[in-house]
Amino acid sequence: MLNILVVFLPLIGSVLAGIIVFVPAADKEKQHSLDMLAQWATCAGLVLSMICAIVVFKDVALEGNARTTELFTWIDSGALEASWALKVDTLTAVMMIVVTVVSAMVHIYSVGYMHHDPAIPRFMCYLSLFTFFMLMLITSDNLVQLFFGWEGVGLASYLLIGFWYNKPTANAAAIKAFLVNRVGDFSFALGIFAVFMLFQTVELDTIFAAAEGKKDATFVIFGAEVHALTACCLLLFVGAMGKSAQLGLHTWLPDAMEGPTPVSALIHAATMVTAGVFMVARLSPIFEFSDTALTVVTLVGATTAIFAATVGCVQNDIKRVIAYSTCSQLGYMFFACGVSAYSAGVFHLMTHGFFKALLFLGAGSVIHAMSDEQDMRRMGGIWKHIKVTYALMWIGSLALAGVPFFAGFYSKDIVLEAAYAAETGIGQYAFWLGLLAAFLTAFYSWRLLFMTFHGEPRADEKTMAHVHESPKVMILPLFVLAIGALFSGYVAYDYFVGAKAAEFWGDAILILEHHKALENAHHVPTWVKLSPIVVGVLGIGLAYVLYIQRTDIPEKIAEKFQAIYQFLLNKWYFDELYEFLFVRPSFALGRGFWKVVDEMIIDGLGPDGISNTVRLAAKRVAALQSGYLYHYAFAMLIGVVVITTWYLVGHSG
Amino acid sequence: MSGLPILSLLTFLPLVGALFIFSIRGDNETVALNARSVALWTTGINFFLSLYIWFNFDPSTADFQFVEKVEWMPVLGLQYHMGIDGISMLFVLLTTLLSPICILASWEAIQTRVKEYMISFLILETLMVGMFCALDLMVFYIYFEGVLIPMFLIIGIWGGPRRVYAAFKLFLYTLLGSVLMLLAMFAMYVDAGTTDIVQLMNHNFPAELQTWLFLAFFASFAVKVPMWPVHTWLPDAHVEAPTAGSVILAGVLLKFGGYGFLRFSLPMFPLATVDFTPMVYTLSIIAVVYTSFVALVQEDMKKLIAYSSVAHMGFVTIGAFTLTIQGVEGAIYVMLSHGIVSAALFLIVGVVYDRIHSRDIEVYGGLVHRMPGYALTFMFFMLASVGLPGTGGFIGEFLVLLGAFQVNAWVCALAALGVILGAAYMLYLYRRIIFGELTKDVLKKIADMSPREWAVFAPLIILTLWMGIYPLPFLDIMHVSVENLLQQVQTAQAAAANVTLAGR
Repeated sequence: MLNILVVFLPLIGSVLAGIIVFVPAADKEKQHSLDMLAQWATCAGLVLSMICAIVVFKDVALEGNARTTELFTWIDSGALEASWALKVDTLTAVMMIVVTVVSAMVHIYSVGYMHHDPAIPRFMCYLSLFTFFMLMLITSDNLVQLFFGWEGVGLASYLLIGFWYNKPTANAAAIKAFLVNRVGDFSFALGIFAVFMLFQTVELDTIFAAAEGKKDATFVIFGAEVHALTACCLLLFVGAMGKSAQLGLHTWLPDAMEGPTPVSALIHAATMVTAGVFMVARLSPIFEFSDTALTVVTLVGATTAIFAATVGCVQNDIKRVIAYSTCSQLGYMFFACGVSAYSAGVFHLMTHGFFKALLFLGAGSVIHAMSDEQDMRRMGGIWKHIKVTYALMWIGSLALAGVPFFAGFYSKDIVLEAAYAAETGIGQYAFWLGLLAAFLTAFYSWRLLFMTFHGEPRADEKTMAHVHESPKVMILPLFVLAIGALFSGYVAYDYFVGAKAAEFWGDAILILEHHKALENAHHVPTWVKLSPIVVGVLGIGLAYVLYIQRTDIPEKIAEKFQAIYQFLLNKWYFDELYEFLFVRPSFALGRGFWKVVDEMIIDGLGPDGISNTVRLAAKRVAALQSGYLYHYAFAMLIGVVVITTWYLVGHSG
Repeated sequence: MSGLPILSLLTFLPLVGALFIFSIRGDNETVALNARSVALWTTGINFFLSLYIWFNFDPSTADFQFVEKVEWMPVLGLQYHMGIDGISMLFVLLTTLLSPICILASWEAIQTRVKEYMISFLILETLMVGMFCALDLMVFYIYFEGVLIPMFLIIGIWGGPRRVYAAFKLFLYTLLGSVLMLLAMFAMYVDAGTTDIVQLMNHNFPAELQTWLFLAFFASFAVKVPMWPVHTWLPDAHVEAPTAGSVILAGVLLKFGGYGFLRFSLPMFPLATVDFTPMVYTLSIIAVVYTSFVALVQEDMKKLIAYSSVAHMGFVTIGAFTLTIQGVEGAIYVMLSHGIVSAALFLIVGVVYDRIHSRDIEVYGGLVHRMPGYALTFMFFMLASVGLPGTGGFIGEFLVLLGAFQVNAWVCALAALGVILGAAYMLYLYRRIIFGELTKDVLKKIADMSPREWAVFAPLIILTLWMGIYPLPFLDIMHVSVENLLQQVQTAQAAAANVTLAGR
C-alpha cells in the first residue's frame, strides 16, 4: 500500500496542479491564491510521498522485506505479458529515497525561486509529473514499464526545458533533448526486443532466473550470429547512454540548462540522468554474463568522465559548468558498474544526487541574487552579500571534489579503488582517466567558486546593489541537501560497499564470483587510496593560483593554446558535427523526396502523366471529329477493310 | 443466428437517416439545421447500438458472430452474408464512433449544401460499416468500392481550391487497383465455385493462381493503405478535403487496405503472402522512413499529418506480414489507435482552420498564449502520434516492432527509425504552431476551444489514454481470431510443403 502511495501521490499532486492551470483567475489576488493552492497540493504530495518512501526504505532495505505489488495486467499478446507493477527491493528503495528527497526539496525551493513567474501551477504540475514517471521507472518489474517511465521522464524533461516557451533557445533545447533521448530509446527498444527473443518474456525476475542458463547462447540478428546476452546488453546500454548523457549522446544535457534552475537540479543532476546507471545496476544479472558489454560500459564511462571534465574547465556559464560536471560524474558511476562494482556506482549516484542538487540549487540562489545573470565573467566579489549560499556552495564543492569526510570522498574513492582493483586493462584505463578527471573536477569546482564569489565585482552597479540572500523557503531545502552532502557518505558506506553490503543489497544486485573488483577495492595499495585526495588538493591549489593570485594567467594560456582552448570551448565540436551529419541532410532528404520523387517522378509518371496523355489523346481524337460526313465514311471504310483483312488472314492460315 | 440482426441495423440505419434528410423541405436555414440534427441523432444512435456488439461479443471463439445469411442471387450463388470476428469487430466500432464526431465537427464548418453533405456522410457510414461486416465477396466489393463515391463527392464539392484535381487523383488511383481486384474475384469464383468469404478462407487455391490473386488484391489494398509509391493521392486528398472528410479518410478509409490484407491476402493466399513478404517489407520501410523525411519539410499542416499517416500505415503492413501474434495484433492496434489519433490531429488542424482559414504552418505561432486548452489537446495527440508509452499509439507500434524483430532485426531497426523521425517532425510542427511569442496580428484575437469542440475531443482523449494504459479489453477481442488466422496460414504452408515433398 505504501509503495502505491509513494508513486501515486506525486501524480495526484500533478493532476490537481494541472487542473488549477485551467481555472480562470479574475485578478491578481485570485491568481495568487490559485498559485498557492497548486504549490500546496504538489509540495504536500511530495513530502508525504517522501515520508512514505522513508518508511518503505526502512522496511525493504534495512529489514530485508523486498516486495512487488502488482496493479493490473498491461499488455498481453502471445507470449508477451507485461503488468503495471511496483517492485521494491533495496536498489529501488535507495533510488526512491534519492528521488523523493531531492524532489521534495526542489518542490519547496521552487516556491521561492519561481515566485515571480506567471505560470506557477504549470511548473509545479510538470515537476510532480516528472517525479511520478521517475518513480514508475525505478519501481518497474518488467522492461516495458521501465520503458514507460523512461520515455515519461523524457517527456517531463522536454516540457520543463521548454518551460519558458517564448525563448527560441529553450524550445530548441527541449526538442534536442527529446530527440537525442529518442535515439537512445530506439536502441533501448531494440534491446527489449532482443531480450524478448532470447527469454520469451520481459519480466525482470524471470529473465534474471534464466540468465545463467543462456550465458553461452547465441542468436542471429542483423544477419550475424552473436553472443545473445552481449547483444542485448549493448543495445540496452545505448539507451542508458542517451538518458545519462554519455559521450556521443551527451549533447542535449548542457543545452538543457535553458530550463529553470530547479529543473536542472532535479532532473539533470540528481534523478533522471542517473536512470541509465540505475538500469545497468538493475540489469546486473544479465550484464554480469557479458564481459564485452561490461568492457564497453567501462570504456564509455571513463571516456565521458574525462571528456566532460575537460570541457567543464573552460565554460563560463555557471550552470553549464555544473552540467558538464554532472556528465563527468555519471561517467564515474558507469565505469564503476563496468568493473562490476554496481553498488559503488549506486553509492556514488546517491551521494552525487545530494551534493549536485545542492550545487545546482546554490547556483540558482546565486543567479537569483544576481538578477538572472548566469555568466561567471560578470560575477565576482559577492560572497560577503550572500554568505549562507556561499557556505553551502563550499560544502557542495568539497563533497564533489572528494575532500575527506564529505560524501563524495567515500563514494568517489571506492569507485576509483574498484577500477584499480579490477586488475584488467580497461580497469586501469578507467582508474587513470578517473584520477585525472578528479584533478580537473577539483580545479573547475574552485574555478567556479572563485570566479563567482571572489575577486573584484564585475557586474554593473545596479545588479550589485540588488544582490541579496534568498528567502528562507529556498535556503531551507539547501540545508537538507547539505546534510546529505556532509554525512550520507559516512553513514551509508558500510551498508553500500562495506561490511554490511551483502545483507543490505540482498538479491537486488548480482556479482559473479570471479568479478572481484569491489571485494579487492578494500585492499588496494595505500597510494591508490591517497591519490584521489592528493589530486583533489592539487586541483584546488591550481584554481587558487590561476583565479585568485595570478588572474592574468588563464587568458595567456588560452591565447597560447588557442586551438586547444577553442576545441574545449566548443565542446569538442560535437554539435557542429551532428548538425552536419544528421540535421541538415534530413531536411535536404525530405525536400528531395518531396519535390523530386513524389511530385516529379511518381506524380509525373503516374496520375498526372496518365491524365496528360489522356487529355492529349482526347485532343487528337477531337481533331478527327471534323464534322464532314465523308471523313466519317472514309474512316468506316478503312475500319471495314482492316477487320475483313484481319479476319481473312487469321482464317486462311 | 437468432436475435437482433444488429449488423444490418448498424449498416442501414444511417441510410434511413439519409432518406429522412432527403425528404426535409423548407428554407435553407431550417433545412440545414434539421439536416444536422438528424445526422447527429442517427449517427449517435448508431454508435450506442454498436455498443451492443461490444457487450455481447464472445472473444473466446474465432468464428464469425452476429451472422446474417440471406439468399440474394441464387443463380450465381450470391448471398447477403454478414458477420464479424475479432479482427473486424473493433473497426465497426471505430466507424460508428467517428461518424457522430465528424458530424459534430462539421456543425459550423459546412455552410453550403448542408443537406447533401449530411446525406453523403450517412451513406458513407452505411458503406463503411457494411464493408467491415461483409462476408460475401460481391457484397464486400460493392461496399469497398462504393465508399469511393461519397468520398469523391465530399472532397469534390466541399473541398478546398484544388478539390477537383484531388478528387480525380483519388479516383484514378483507387479505381485502377479495384479493377484488378474485381478480375481476381472472378477468378476466385471460377476456381472455388463460391463467393462466400468463410468458405474461400478454407479453400486452397493453387500456388500459381495465388500469386496472381495476391498481386491483384495487393494492387487494390496497397493504394488504400496507402503504400509507397502509390501514396501521392493521400496528401492531396487530405489537403483539399473538409475537416470531417479528412477525419474519415484517415480514421477509417485508410484501414480498408490493412483490413483487406488480414481478411483476404493472408488467409486466402498464404503461400503468395510468404513469397511477397520481402517486397511488402521493403515498400513499408521505404514508406516509414521516406515519408517521415518528407513530413519534416512540409509547410502545410494537413499535408504533414497526411504524410505521417503514410508512415504509420507502414507499421501496419510490416506488422501484418510478420505473421507473428504480436505483429498482427500490433498491426490491428496501430490501425485502431491511428484511427483515433490521426482523426484527432485532423480535427486539431480544423479548429484553427475554422478560425483563420489557413493551413500554412508559418501563419501560426505562439498560440499557447491565447489557446492554452488547444495547446494541451494538441500536445496530447502529438505525443500519442509519436507513440509515447501510456497512449494508444505506443502499444501498437511496440507490438509491431517486437514482432518484426523476431522475424528480421533489420526490418525492425529500419522501421524503428521512423519513431525517431516521427518525434522530429511532430515536435517541430508543434513548436512552430504553439510556442514562441504571439506576434501575428491575425492571431491576436483568436479564441480557445468552444464547448462543442471540447465535446468532440473529450471522447478521443479518453479513448487514447484507455488504449494506452489498459489495452487488455481490446487485445482480448483479437487474440483468438488472430491466432486462428495465423494457424490457417501455417496449415496452408504445411500442406503445400507436403505436396511438394510428395511430388518429389
